[in-house]
Amino acid sequence: MSYIKPSFRHPEAPTNNIGYTEADYEGALSTLCAGCGHDSISSAIIQACFEMSIEPHTVAKISGIGCSSKTPTYFLGNSHGFNSVHGRMPSVATGANLANRHLTYIGVSGDGDTASIGMGQFSHVVRRNLNMLYIVENNGCYGLTKGQDSATADVGSHSKKGAVNQYQSIDLCALAIQLGADFVARSFSGDKAQLVPLIKAAMSHQGFAFIDVLSPCVTFNNNVGSTKSYEFVREHIQATGTVDFVPMQEEITVSYEEGASQEVCLHDGSVVRLRKNGKDYNLRDRAAALAAATDHAHSGEILTGLLYMDPDTEDLHTLLDTSECALNKMTEAELCPGNQALQKINDSLR
Amino acid sequence: MKSNSAVNEFVIKFANVNGTGSASANNMFAKAIFRMGIPVSPKNIFPSNIQGLPTWYEVRVSEKGYLGRRGGVDIVLSVNPQSMQEDVADVLPGGYFVYDSTKPLDLRLVRDDINYIGLPLTRICATEYSDPRQRLLFKNVIYVGALAALLDIEFDVLTDIVRSQFKGKDKLIAPNIHALELGHLYATQNFDCPLGIRVKRVDKVGDSILIDGNAACALGAVYAGATVAAWYPITPSTSVVDAYEKYAKRLRIDPGTGKTNFAIVQAEDELSAIGMVIGACWNGARAFTATSGPGVSLMSEFLGLAYFAEVPTVLFDIQRTGPSTGMPTRTQQSDLFAAAYASHGDTKHVLLFPSNPRECFDLAAEAFDLAEQLQTPVIVMSDLDLGMNDNLSAPLSWNDQREYKRGKVLDAEQLEASERFGRYRDIDGDGICYRTIPGTHPSKGAFFTRGSSRDEWAIYTEDGKQYARNMERLLKKWETAKKLVPAPVLRSAGQPTPLGVIYFGTSVDATHEALDYLSNEGIELDGLQILAFPFNDDVVDFIENHDRVYVIEQNRDAQLRSLLMIECDADPKKLVKVLEYDGMPITASKIRSAIKQDLPGPASVTPLRRKAADS
Repeated sequence: MSYIKPSFRHPEAPTNNIGYTEADYEGALSTLCAGCGHDSISSAIIQACFEMSIEPHTVAKISGIGCSSKTPTYFLGNSHGFNSVHGRMPSVATGANLANRHLTYIGVSGDGDTASIGMGQFSHVVRRNLNMLYIVENNGCYGLTKGQDSATADVGSHSKKGAVNQYQSIDLCALAIQLGADFVARSFSGDKAQLVPLIKAAMSHQGFAFIDVLSPCVTFNNNVGSTKSYEFVREHIQATGTVDFVPMQEEITVSYEEGASQEVCLHDGSVVRLRKNGKDYNLRDRAAALAAATDHAHSGEILTGLLYMDPDTEDLHTLLDTSECALNKMTEAELCPGNQALQKINDSLR
Repeated sequence: MKSNSAVNEFVIKFANVNGTGSASANNMFAKAIFRMGIPVSPKNIFPSNIQGLPTWYEVRVSEKGYLGRRGGVDIVLSVNPQSMQEDVADVLPGGYFVYDSTKPLDLRLVRDDINYIGLPLTRICATEYSDPRQRLLFKNVIYVGALAALLDIEFDVLTDIVRSQFKGKDKLIAPNIHALELGHLYATQNFDCPLGIRVKRVDKVGDSILIDGNAACALGAVYAGATVAAWYPITPSTSVVDAYEKYAKRLRIDPGTGKTNFAIVQAEDELSAIGMVIGACWNGARAFTATSGPGVSLMSEFLGLAYFAEVPTVLFDIQRTGPSTGMPTRTQQSDLFAAAYASHGDTKHVLLFPSNPRECFDLAAEAFDLAEQLQTPVIVMSDLDLGMNDNLSAPLSWNDQREYKRGKVLDAEQLEASERFGRYRDIDGDGICYRTIPGTHPSKGAFFTRGSSRDEWAIYTEDGKQYARNMERLLKKWETAKKLVPAPVLRSAGQPTPLGVIYFGTSVDATHEALDYLSNEGIELDGLQILAFPFNDDVVDFIENHDRVYVIEQNRDAQLRSLLMIECDADPKKLVKVLEYDGMPITASKIRSAIKQDLPGPASVTPLRRKAADS
């Protein structure tokens, strides 16, 4: 597409702590359908990065194939992006992260890209606890190939053509919790108030952070009978509570009565707070989180918000004990052992 | 009956059961020959199995320095009843069959044209040891001791090897030496030692080393600065990453912090392994994976991405016998098509063909330079024979002045000074564009890498003209690659000849030996060892300058020959196939007889040679 965004910017647009305006976090104009949930997610990522004062060039955006995987072009234009092959974003992100542990990695995938063709790589990137934010833009269908059901489509959900899905759906959050992910959340593209703090918290988490975002497909899966339509999701959504993300620099000013909120302190000093909706929800209880997600699904409701979190996590670099210096910054001096060492090896082979 | 005689020129084959500890005893035997200054070439012929099936260890001893398989066996050392029938049949007339004589030999196995030497190995072990495990393990050491007497191997050489092998586990030294002595004593007391076939100390190995090709590839990766290794276990490539890990743990630990200056990830499959390599290389690290044919098939989609998106990638393909699962523990050179044109659409990849460990090391290091200079996948095509066997090799060496060739990568300063950055603009006219690494500059140099078509500014496009222009630029890059990859090595006949032979990888040693034989018979051929794909002009010239060119390779479909036809437009009538594809390394005798059979009869050979002499 050759759309060009207007380059005019309001001279008094607010800037963040490092002097960037929100426009500095934008990307190219989206070529997705008008009203696509994915664009709202892109906009939430932009807002989160702006508010967190992340330098755009320290973010790497990686995706697979599909509508969702196109979106990294539409946010953070000053970040490198990599639109890889279908279902293989996790491996590319793993390699990139191994090369330079100091960037922020945002992986964007879809329900086809993750729950079908990429199921293996998704499972294993969770196991390895790669330090990244992994977002699934979940619309329950294949948009680019005209609306086939995906593996996250609910049993009994109607497609646009009226066909009823007969197959069990895969709950990616339940799966991630079960596989040992230490940050698991679900949100809705139409609920920016919830999504933005979740993205911020996920980016601050020093390990694998997963957000499954229900993101209706306006063209192929927004019909009556679909369980991934705007209408259905709005009517069946239930939150674990309201998530606040308080960055390290800010003082916590509001306090809540005991039991009404749960605070989780991250290693960078920022705080994630769950204001509970009068319900007893414990973010640190993996088994309960799994049960809650499953119970809601059985009763036809969608549980959103932060489902599970453990900030005491060991990411892949910690497990591998790699040097603090990024591997891609090392030169001959650190990497090449020299001829003398090689001659010793020769001696051992005689 | 005739008993063959040969000093330092023979083939001995050990017939064992796998999982019985024979490998270390057999290695000890080969190392002893090596330490007596005699070139040696051991080859493991092993089953895809953990315990209980027949396994062989074939050792070529050659003072003349012939390291390829010769064909034919002079001595068989047999301790495996399962394979005895075929092992007896293997022995050349006048040769020796050395066997465990605890039980009498089946009369059907008695040939009247070979010599039998019975060693009561099981009985000696039963008398000497009570622990069943010891009985099993020391049986192997005892036959090595007996062979030392029969073949005149210096006993001190063996005991030195035992001492260095068990350094740190010192209490194992005396029992192993004792076992050697048991065998030695029995042979000396019961046979006329040494036999006609024997060894004699010479000084023909110089400063050579004994190393397997996979370890040499791994060392090449360590020295070339590879920091990320992602892989999925598959025979025969597994030991590449094992060796990389071993050497990296020794040579790549940060002295200050004790942390690793490398990262190894065992992936969930080959797709993931190559994906990780591409991600790491995209992000500016040097990364590699090692696999074999089935892995290359799985990696093909990603290789196409790396080709089209122009991401440096290094892959070691340790080839085995295909197709499909094929014979996983046998060798072949049969992945040329799969590697050269891996992936859908118009793709082609740079291949390197090492023929010995020294070349494994050098070409492995070269692969990382080439991948970054050309911003494309480079596949090092080794095979099971080279990768998993100890090979006599020139010592490895590294020039400490050497700098890594990182290719066209813009740093922050260069970006700051530049106008708009265009990732796919061919500024220098060599088809290679400038790239940037994520995180380099706050506002310049970011671009979107994709496997879909894009314009010179890395913006998505479906404009056919732009697409075609980009594909043509990739061809221009391919032409540049021809100048950067290592040139073939000419082995001139020393006189004009219309006959040529082209070969690569593990066919090299056997071909050189065959060329010597043919030369002795008055048939002269020029040789050309291919080291890389794409082929450069030297290859085209070589074919043009000869009337008939034999193409030696270890696959059924003459894949190299086809590549020569496709890429050099070579006349198929000129290119004669010489093939081996039974899973065993090609032999000199096979090559020699194939060439001789193809040559016109004696009457017409003369004019050919006369023509050569006249020109």
